[in-house]
Amino acid sequence: MELFTLAFMQRAVLAAVFTGLAAPAVGTYLVQRRLSLMGDGIGHVAVSGVALGLLTGTSPTWTAVVVAILGAVTIEVIRERGHANGDVALALLFYGGLAGGVLLTGLAGQSASRLQEYLFGSITTISRTDVWVTIVLAAVVVLVCVGLAPQLFAVAQDPEFARVAGLNVRVYNVLVAVLAAVSVTVAMRTVGLLLVSALMVVPVATAQQVTRSFRTTLAAAMAIGTAASLGGLVISAFASFHARVAPGPTIVLLALAGFMLTWPLGVFLRSRQRLRAPFPAVQPEGHEFTDEHPHEHGPTCGHVAVPHGDHVDYVHDGHRHAPHGTHYDEH
Amino acid sequence: MPMTSPDPVPHQDPITLSGGAVSIGGRPVVRGIDLSVHAGEFLALMGANGSGKSTLVRALTGLHPLTTGALRLFGTPLHDFQDWRRVGYVPQRASAASGVPASVWEVVASGRLTRRPLLRPLSRADRAAVEHALDVVGLADRARDGVSHLSGGQQQRVLIARALAGEPDLFFLDEPTAGVDLANQRALADTLAHLKADGATVVLVAHELGPMAPLVDRAVVMRDGRVVYDGPPLDDHGVPRAGLEPDLGAHAHHPDPAHHDHTPHVGSPLEGGGA
Repeated sequence: MELFTLAFMQRAVLAAVFTGLAAPAVGTYLVQRRLSLMGDGIGHVAVSGVALGLLTGTSPTWTAVVVAILGAVTIEVIRERGHANGDVALALLFYGGLAGGVLLTGLAGQSASRLQEYLFGSITTISRTDVWVTIVLAAVVVLVCVGLAPQLFAVAQDPEFARVAGLNVRVYNVLVAVLAAVSVTVAMRTVGLLLVSALMVVPVATAQQVTRSFRTTLAAAMAIGTAASLGGLVISAFASFHARVAPGPTIVLLALAGFMLTWPLGVFLRSRQRLRAPFPAVQPEGHEFTDEHPHEHGPTCGHVAVPHGDHVDYVHDGHRHAPHGTHYDEH
Repeated sequence: MPMTSPDPVPHQDPITLSGGAVSIGGRPVVRGIDLSVHAGEFLALMGANGSGKSTLVRALTGLHPLTTGALRLFGTPLHDFQDWRRVGYVPQRASAASGVPASVWEVVASGRLTRRPLLRPLSRADRAAVEHALDVVGLADRARDGVSHLSGGQQQRVLIARALAGEPDLFFLDEPTAGVDLANQRALADTLAHLKADGATVVLVAHELGPMAPLVDRAVVMRDGRVVYDGPPLDDHGVPRAGLEPDLGAHAHHPDPAHHDHTPHVGSPLEGGGA
């Protein structure tokens, strides 16, 4: 526990907690729009921003914020205007951003290891100012994502309905793009630009294995994100006594482990839901009687019980048995 | 004959469109539409695929800009129209689900956004309206379930409940019965009968009316972007037969309105019909 009395470790913990809250909050809206990889794209573009900061001698965090926002808005514009080939345009943007970043870093006379701090995160070297920037930006992201949840939910769920409901869909779409860009730069120091999308998407994917409503998904994703981010930091801190363990990848792998554990549960819940969905309550064309039955169907017989109109059918060897007086109807 | 000068006398009719035309990707799709819908009317907008009925409804809701013509909603030119709480829209969608789970209640509650100020939690009136809307479509017992767990017909009812929750008095429904089984079509017809009894104005886009036929006061039939019939429904399908059979045979639906038949597809990333 002595570890946590060290100033750099305290800063790292703060950064991890706020990043873990903010990234999945925006990520939920990205996943809802089926834009899971948008965070990844913004991350690639932000590499150019970092390099620009290194080249001009200004704070890479702020240049990354500006370039990431520009990139995110461009992606949003292409998405809004684009037809089926919007993804090609996005790919052009991603690789342009990454290649530009590497080139600019070289021009700035900086080594690749300096850029690597941003590509894969370097949470334990985060400065006092950077911690404050992280906290403030993450708090803004979380407040907007939670405060405007009804509007953002409606716009992502059904943009056409939202427009006819009088919401300015374009403004909300650009807002989400900006929030995504901000959280990418927030998470840049924690997990790095190349892994940032994982912290935005994996907690959401994990949460939705077991949730049925949007609100619980959002809350659970933020909780899982925080747990993964804090847990990954702690694990890597203790492991670093024995081996060189980087916090960024540890956080991402911990989040993925959480998904791998939850996934079978989600598969089970979904298959149970599907099997027990009520049969349509239409009058059956006819009945076949099955008077002899080896056992009486009931809650404990082990056969799947499916509601069917005013009674329950028991699924049995590919048949549907409905209790009727002293016998079972087959339908 | 373009009629662009707006009528100086404000109509109170829910919809007044004169000389309306819509182009998609530079190609004229819907032309020369003069349409007034009176308060309390139940209008069925019919026609084959590609006849422009969905495009016309999207123009009436402001989703597609009119290339020419003047549209007034409740007497206000569309450009100045702010009172969106009076309009309920049920878009043509195959599913009410998205990439993240959402409960039936949450989707229906998003219909209250026309009446909710920013950053304000749901009021008691909001909750009552959501519950009422769920009751009307007969899904009150499924409120906590995820929408993706419902059948296609039930999801359509969720979308209608969402429009109902905003308590509008003008409804646009874009093919709510496409791909819906008969039992759910009957449930939809019951819901629409309820709306009609409450005095709402309904514009229903449909291929065939089925159980909704008795509700229809007026049928407008489109062919190739123009109105070819406007009058009382004539037979049990609500469609006049004479001269229209060739168009009414096709029953393929196109549930993805983003890829529209009228626009040639573009193979270059940055081009495209932003509509």
